[in-house]
Amino acid sequence: MTISIDPQDSNTKSLQPKGWLRYFSFSLDHKVIGIQYLVCGFLFYLIGGTLASAIRIELASPMSDFMPRDVYNQVLTLHGTIMIFLWIVPVVNGAFGNYLIPFYVGARDMAFPRLNAVAFWLIPPSGLMLVASYFVEGAAQAGWTAYPPLSITTPQSGQIIWIMSVLLLGGSSIFGGINFIATIIKLRRPGLKLMQLPMYCWAMLGTSLLVVLSTPVLAGTLILLSFDIVAHTGFFNPVLGGNVVVYQHLFWFYSHPAVYIMVLPAFGLVSEILPVHSRKPLFGYTTMVFSIMGIVVLGLVVWAHHMFTSGTPPWMRLFFTIATAFIAVPTGIKFFNWVATLWGGKISINSAMLFSCGFIINFVFGGITGVALAQVPFDIHVHDTYFVVAHFHYIVYGGTVFIIFSSIYHWFPKVTGKLMSEKLGILHFAITFIGFNLCFAPQHWLGLNGMPRRVAEYDPQFQFVNQISSLGALLMAISTIPFLVNIFLSIKNGKDSGDNPWNALTPEWLTSSPPPVENWEGEAPLVEEPYGYGKPISQEN
Amino acid sequence: MLNKNFYLILIISAVFGISFWIGFNVNLLPAEASINAPIYDELFKILFIIGLIIFIGMTIAVIYSLFKFRKRKDQYGDGIALEGNLTLEIVWTIIPSIIVLIIGLYSYNIYDRMGGMKELNHSHEMMTANTEKIWAGISQASNNEVASNNLSVEVSAMQFAFLFNYPKGEFISGELHVPVDRKVSMKMESKDVIHAFWVPEFRIKQDIIPGQPTILNFTPTKVGKYPIICAELCGPYHGGMRASIIVEEESDYKDWFNKNTKTEVSL
Repeated sequence: MTISIDPQDSNTKSLQPKGWLRYFSFSLDHKVIGIQYLVCGFLFYLIGGTLASAIRIELASPMSDFMPRDVYNQVLTLHGTIMIFLWIVPVVNGAFGNYLIPFYVGARDMAFPRLNAVAFWLIPPSGLMLVASYFVEGAAQAGWTAYPPLSITTPQSGQIIWIMSVLLLGGSSIFGGINFIATIIKLRRPGLKLMQLPMYCWAMLGTSLLVVLSTPVLAGTLILLSFDIVAHTGFFNPVLGGNVVVYQHLFWFYSHPAVYIMVLPAFGLVSEILPVHSRKPLFGYTTMVFSIMGIVVLGLVVWAHHMFTSGTPPWMRLFFTIATAFIAVPTGIKFFNWVATLWGGKISINSAMLFSCGFIINFVFGGITGVALAQVPFDIHVHDTYFVVAHFHYIVYGGTVFIIFSSIYHWFPKVTGKLMSEKLGILHFAITFIGFNLCFAPQHWLGLNGMPRRVAEYDPQFQFVNQISSLGALLMAISTIPFLVNIFLSIKNGKDSGDNPWNALTPEWLTSSPPPVENWEGEAPLVEEPYGYGKPISQEN
Repeated sequence: MLNKNFYLILIISAVFGISFWIGFNVNLLPAEASINAPIYDELFKILFIIGLIIFIGMTIAVIYSLFKFRKRKDQYGDGIALEGNLTLEIVWTIIPSIIVLIIGLYSYNIYDRMGGMKELNHSHEMMTANTEKIWAGISQASNNEVASNNLSVEVSAMQFAFLFNYPKGEFISGELHVPVDRKVSMKMESKDVIHAFWVPEFRIKQDIIPGQPTILNFTPTKVGKYPIICAELCGPYHGGMRASIIVEEESDYKDWFNKNTKTEVSL
């Protein structure tokens, strides 16, 4: 049975505010909710970025001289938590997922529009609560991992607010996941087969399965941790006979899949962007689908590679090494397929394309250090050092954040009907790419040579390399300026883009830009070949 | 004959050549001062070279595609409608699988040589009943494996210091003094939160956990003074939580040991 929403029947929607006011309302329109996620996430990205700048200023000198030591720990805890739970996860899942998935399946909205709005409106209050906890008694300062017993012994109000905030954000994420699974499985337009869906649908299906399977474990863990803090239970408190390593197992059972919750949607988005701008079909559609599902399955059984120095038994270390290293195989397949998609195309070198190619280069680098880190003997030396910091920033910033920017350049005309300035976009890419690599590449050396992570002070021999890294961070901060200028100028005076400026074949471009409230004036089109470039279907356009 | 294949082979050999050259000539690691260190550096070199080949290869492929297949001004229409190639897919599934498998087996071998897979027979006089479960760090076997010859040290970590208890001498030190070329066997326990014992020059690290003793064994090979660094966030002064390990000749070590011993004990 398919559910269709008759435009005449949707009284609730016609009562909603129009114009810019709707972005501040409890709107049920998936497109409005998508933009709400994106703008809200970007505001938190600016806060998280400011915190990152504070960290790099502190680390420009070997002494702890820029801020008090406990404030430094609060800053790094908030930086990690905000960037993960309030920027990357909501944006690659909530923002693009909400905007695109109903178009891709040929629906007029998500399966559960009210749940969708609830999921979004959980985010601003919990984010504000998290940031405001700084003014209560100091924010949480045990790192975003919140390992007990440190998280039990540091000031409690900040830690409890952190737990409540992450629980709410996790709830929002689960609501979103359920909604995406239901929409992709049940709301497909009649005649549209699963294997005809654009790749981002598959990525979101895989991601949502991970969200639904692993986020409840994090919620349970944090509830137990809060009992330890406020009710003095002893689940993780060694003084009362608790076990601190059990917390690490439970925490990473969510938090490693969380990495795939952050990168799989980016894999989906780049699979939409590359074929359009290189005018070629996505290479190896079927293997791409299987590799996503392979990553989902393997991603659930690799968590203990975060715990190689925690005293895990040898057989366990061996299992997690092999499982982790094997994720490189499905991931590698995806990268080879993207390069094969470029090969022989007619590539438009624009901002979206450059950010996507920057993503490929950065992520391959982060993936290689990832395979190295999976090896127990290698990891034992560099675990909890700047090598790890560099590695995961290559994955989540060099990977996912590059794709977020690429996607903004790609879908801006869809949302606004205006084109963005390519000159400013390419400038934005150049500064971001140089700044990012200048900031994080030297950190590999720091970690190998003896600088642990999460420190406010370090051996003076590392000062020069740290200053290079801070210079890179400064460039990354500056790169935000051309981006913001570009956004505001393009909204105000951008050139009219027409409905389909890229001549794309995926369904979201087969309606007006910006799209009407119910997505299509008439019936949703049946798109059997979303990547049919070079075929008759593409020549018709 | 200068055809396409010739250039392809030329580029591939250049990528391999550059990667091997960098791998063998660029040292990114600190001094080697324990039996573990050269074994670790061997693994690092191999992973570094394989990583460079893949990274440089992929980067060239992306940049070449952007130049070679960029849309010229007078060009319209699409690229070729190539949707996939089963042979290629099989090739780039099987080759990475083999590489990953070989790396995995090789690192298992490295780990075994570091003593990671050994049963721990911790010969500690002060150790509590046998029923106590000890969690393993690396159990490095030394060249002259005589358990009684091991130097046993009990490490306790607290915010924000390490203390080293020498049971044979019945004294506690803030610096870890060890003789060169002798296996050191440490039993570590934390008094408050999780800490970690890391000596970069030894390439070893082990968390120190409250309520759960851990063991770390190593054999220093080079006389000198090296930093001991706490590598697990443990509070505001985490960055300042450091100590020194002083590796010295057997005779110097004995002098230091005797100076500190409350009651004279022969070694």
